[in-house]
Amino acid sequence: MKWIIEFLLSSLGKKLIMSLTGLFLCLFLVVHMLGNLQLFLPSPEGMPEGYVFNMYAYHMTHSSLIKIISYGNYFFILLHALQGILITVYNRKAKGGKYQGKGVSDTAAKMASRNMIFLGVLLLAFIGLHMYQFWAQMHFNSEMPVMAGIIEDGEEVKDLFAIVSVAFKQPWVVIVYLISLLALALHLVHGFWSAFQTMGLSNNKYGPIIRFVAMAYAILIPLGFATMPIVFFLFY
Amino acid sequence: MAHENIKVNLYVWRQNGPNDPNAGIKVYSDLEINTHMSFLEMLDVLNTHIIENKDKYPEGPVAFEHDCREGICGACSLVINGRPHGPMQGTTTCQLHMRHFNNGDNIYIEPFKAKAFPMIKDLVVDRSSFDKIIQAGGYISVNTGGTPDGNAVPVPQDVSSEAMDAAACIGCGACVAACPNASAMLFTSAKVSHLGLLPQGKTEAAIRVKRMVSQMDNEGFGLCSNVGACEADCPKEISINNIARMNRAYISSTFTNDH
Amino acid sequence: MKKFQSNVPESETLEDKWTEYRSRMPLVAPNNKRNIEVIVVGTGLAGASAAATLGELGYQVKAFCFHDSPRRAHSIAAQGGINAAKNYQNDGDSVYRLFYDTVKGGDYRSREANVHRLAEVSRNIIDQCVAQGVPFAREYGGNLANRSFGGVQVSRTFYARGQTGQQLLIGAYSALSRQISLGNVVMYNRHEMLDLVVVEGKARGIIARNLLTGQLERYGAHAVVLATGGYGNVFYLSTNAMGSNVTAGWVSHKRGAYFANPCYCQIHPTCIPVSGDYQSKLTLMSESLRNDGRVWVPKHKKDVEALRAGKMKPTELSEEDRDYYLERIYPAFGNLVPRDVASRAAKYRCDDGYGVGSTGLAVYLDFAAAILRYGKSAATSQNLVNPSDEKIKELGRAVVEKKYGNLFEMYEKITGEDPYKTPMRIFPAVHYTMGGIWVDYNLETSIPGLFATGESNFSDHGANRLGASALMQGLADGYFVLPYTIGVFLSKEIRTPKISTDTPEFEEAQNNVQTKINKLLSINGTRSVESYHRELGVDIMWQYCGMARNAEGLKIGREKVRALREDFWKNVYVPHSDKDGHEFNPELEKALRVADFFELAELMMVDANDRKESCGGHFRDEYATAEGEAERNDKDYAYVSAWEYNGLDDDPILHKEKLEFKDIELKTRSYK
Repeated sequence: MKWIIEFLLSSLGKKLIMSLTGLFLCLFLVVHMLGNLQLFLPSPEGMPEGYVFNMYAYHMTHSSLIKIISYGNYFFILLHALQGILITVYNRKAKGGKYQGKGVSDTAAKMASRNMIFLGVLLLAFIGLHMYQFWAQMHFNSEMPVMAGIIEDGEEVKDLFAIVSVAFKQPWVVIVYLISLLALALHLVHGFWSAFQTMGLSNNKYGPIIRFVAMAYAILIPLGFATMPIVFFLFY
Repeated sequence: MAHENIKVNLYVWRQNGPNDPNAGIKVYSDLEINTHMSFLEMLDVLNTHIIENKDKYPEGPVAFEHDCREGICGACSLVINGRPHGPMQGTTTCQLHMRHFNNGDNIYIEPFKAKAFPMIKDLVVDRSSFDKIIQAGGYISVNTGGTPDGNAVPVPQDVSSEAMDAAACIGCGACVAACPNASAMLFTSAKVSHLGLLPQGKTEAAIRVKRMVSQMDNEGFGLCSNVGACEADCPKEISINNIARMNRAYISSTFTNDH
Repeated sequence: MKKFQSNVPESETLEDKWTEYRSRMPLVAPNNKRNIEVIVVGTGLAGASAAATLGELGYQVKAFCFHDSPRRAHSIAAQGGINAAKNYQNDGDSVYRLFYDTVKGGDYRSREANVHRLAEVSRNIIDQCVAQGVPFAREYGGNLANRSFGGVQVSRTFYARGQTGQQLLIGAYSALSRQISLGNVVMYNRHEMLDLVVVEGKARGIIARNLLTGQLERYGAHAVVLATGGYGNVFYLSTNAMGSNVTAGWVSHKRGAYFANPCYCQIHPTCIPVSGDYQSKLTLMSESLRNDGRVWVPKHKKDVEALRAGKMKPTELSEEDRDYYLERIYPAFGNLVPRDVASRAAKYRCDDGYGVGSTGLAVYLDFAAAILRYGKSAATSQNLVNPSDEKIKELGRAVVEKKYGNLFEMYEKITGEDPYKTPMRIFPAVHYTMGGIWVDYNLETSIPGLFATGESNFSDHGANRLGASALMQGLADGYFVLPYTIGVFLSKEIRTPKISTDTPEFEEAQNNVQTKINKLLSINGTRSVESYHRELGVDIMWQYCGMARNAEGLKIGREKVRALREDFWKNVYVPHSDKDGHEFNPELEKALRVADFFELAELMMVDANDRKESCGGHFRDEYATAEGEAERNDKDYAYVSAWEYNGLDDDPILHKEKLEFKDIELKTRSYK
């Protein structure tokens, strides 16, 4: 057992925690995005607007498997954030200051890599906001609107779609979301590749492929998310 | 061959000992130099100027480390305009020539910064933490004598060449100086790769990587966040693929060996 | 008590000497080794390998280097390779041939038995280094690759790109690091030896200055090993590192170690020419370049003028207007003649006014022919029919790049010119010193218990060293010779208790150093140490004791050295804030080294004057054939000049070790 603790406390072990939690969150983002894109699915004949999405949200809040996974998810978010902050504090101390001379400017990817903590803290704040706006409403708001006339397993189905469409009609929300998604893109463009590098899976052969996938992922995922506030703001 | 003379302004970090409260940048303006000089020869010129005008410069000559002046010993350091070894790719400070600077340039010259490289004086820092990492396992445990014939174990050309790429490290510490986290991963991984790639070094590869990483951590270097600044500023252009290779070796040695 | 016998063991044949001696030599039992301390000064190839091996054997080793790490030693700068009589290429190489080449290349001024031993152990070195993980170049089949080098007709040089010295040093450094981690070697970085302590006629310790604190520290041991490199920096401009110095050897000389053949300095033919008076050092381009590069100057003076003025490019000069003088004069060896011959030939061309470059002190080293030749061969192997000239050049360039890429890059960095397109300009520069502390067959100096290895001793290269032999000698001494031969001395010391440093001898030595430091710091003159060093090296040594010497010049030179030395001790300014030097002070370090260079410089002049012949790296204008080739005098000068220190005011005392060649017939060296 001692070896596991030793490993997890070593510099490479700490990084591996960042890498694995990060990759789990990457996976979560895909599922989360696919789920949320159901916002755009047309309702079946005779059902109210947002029926598919609301049913999806209902099942997500009523499955014990999902519950377990979501607790894991929260834990990984917190672990990823906490570990990130601890590592940054440690690294700042190890560096002991900045240079006064200014070198040439870095590429965007490099800029991202140097500012992961900034982007990360921003994302953490965003997650807080995002969860307050939707997750907290679903769980704790007793006056949450419901879909009229729909009963599932003897329960009313909350109308999250309505909440979303109201939220995304406010310009400040849209702006905050788009900025946060940009931060997410930058965080991912470095983080995704970096996770593989830390696991030691990058080399001459696979490195370029991983970098390409990272770039594609970092563009597609935030883009997919961004469609929601934009489309709702403009068309609903 | 044109011998062009230019004037530059030097912003040099001066620090008399590890705990000097007056440490900081001092400006030496209008130093006249020749563009064929190397960067260190320019510092020689500055120091001669300081020595010959000792009343004007009570702080004395600038201490900086240098030795072979042909880019191989790794003694020269310096952060020039924010970059270890200056602006040229794959070039040590001693091989950087002033033809890459312009008349009137302001040049910042600072020491390598890292907690694991304690300050000694001016631009000189103590890099013996690198020695300690090597002592922890940066070798193949063979005694003198009793070794098999050099051709007894064939080494594929590309393997030997890849090992050589990693072995080209001169231990200058630019990777640490460039890294925003002062991480020594490029240095350590270059040695782990060099020895781990060769058949002769594979026997103790698992224990080597563990011991070297552990020593690296003990020396107080920061954690790698895969920024890649080390690779960009390494005068020997050592690839961060070596870091991935070391991560791989470390993880697999932890989880696949039963000791 | 000084000892001055070569101590070459008797044997039936030269081939058996080392093997027989090794089997008979007294040993120190393991339990005794634990109680015996050895100091190793210098941790380059010779020192690190010796310290590591002694540590492995069980001795308690204290190792010293003035750098911040042993990995910085100047052995690291050797580019080309390391010789070994492996005969992997099946081209007729053998131990005897390596031995013969080395003795001949050294112009018959080396000790036969030492050289044969060197050739024998050369094979073990390669095996050792491979086992340590030195990434030597390999063939596709996985076997070790070789290249050829100046002065020989076989391919016996092993290499790791253009960084062989670096890789071998890293190998030795890693072996040393392992012994440090095991506690067998205690490493003192940033410590400079400033005096030798002799107790009852035996070397028993050193005084070292801790360069960080400036404090003088005493270290005692049963024996002291010097591995402190060469003294080429006496010329100021040389291919040596800035810190390379003679101090440890010189203070030992002053304590009674004879200094042998100081005048034998190797001038390397392929260095990047001097570009201005701010120049701090010269950069070598590996001799391996002469494998493929062709050396030439213009045939006609008018072209020389046009080239110097920049009105013409060297590539524009037609083949018939070029003088490939090495190929012309020495058809058998061509561009691969030994270093001294190549250097002198370049000097003659420049003396006669055919030198190129703005200073007129350079010749061309041209790769155009090699690029074409390799290009054609690559095109054939790729089955290209009628490839264009461009394609051939492109293919050829790739081959040349693979072989010499990093050297070409280095040249471009320094000069700003692209050597793939225009020929390199090269000129000879001081590179290596064959002379050094006199040692016997055991590598023991004339002070019992003091040993010298690697470039710091005089022994194996005679008057001229062949390419890729320095690395070989350093490692031979350190791995395979000294660890055995030191036992001959130490086996008699097993009853000697730990050496106390609390004795009058240590006291005296420490005071001696402290007095010198105080004196230097108290002068407070006006001139920098650097300016004295430059004047000594460039204006005096290179001028009067450089590539060609004569009696008159040596007399003037000696007077100039003395005058400048006196001025140095009156007018030097060493910046400091502590009057005892108890601080980190690089200027003081330099001053101490330059002070010793002055004294050595004079001895070099004396030695060069005494040797009234031309041999290897020592060329006297008076002793040359009508064609300007060196004229050796075996009848009167087949001896090693071992000089005994006799105070600064008196002439040193010459001891002659007669050189006997039982296995080799002395011939005039001819590469024609």
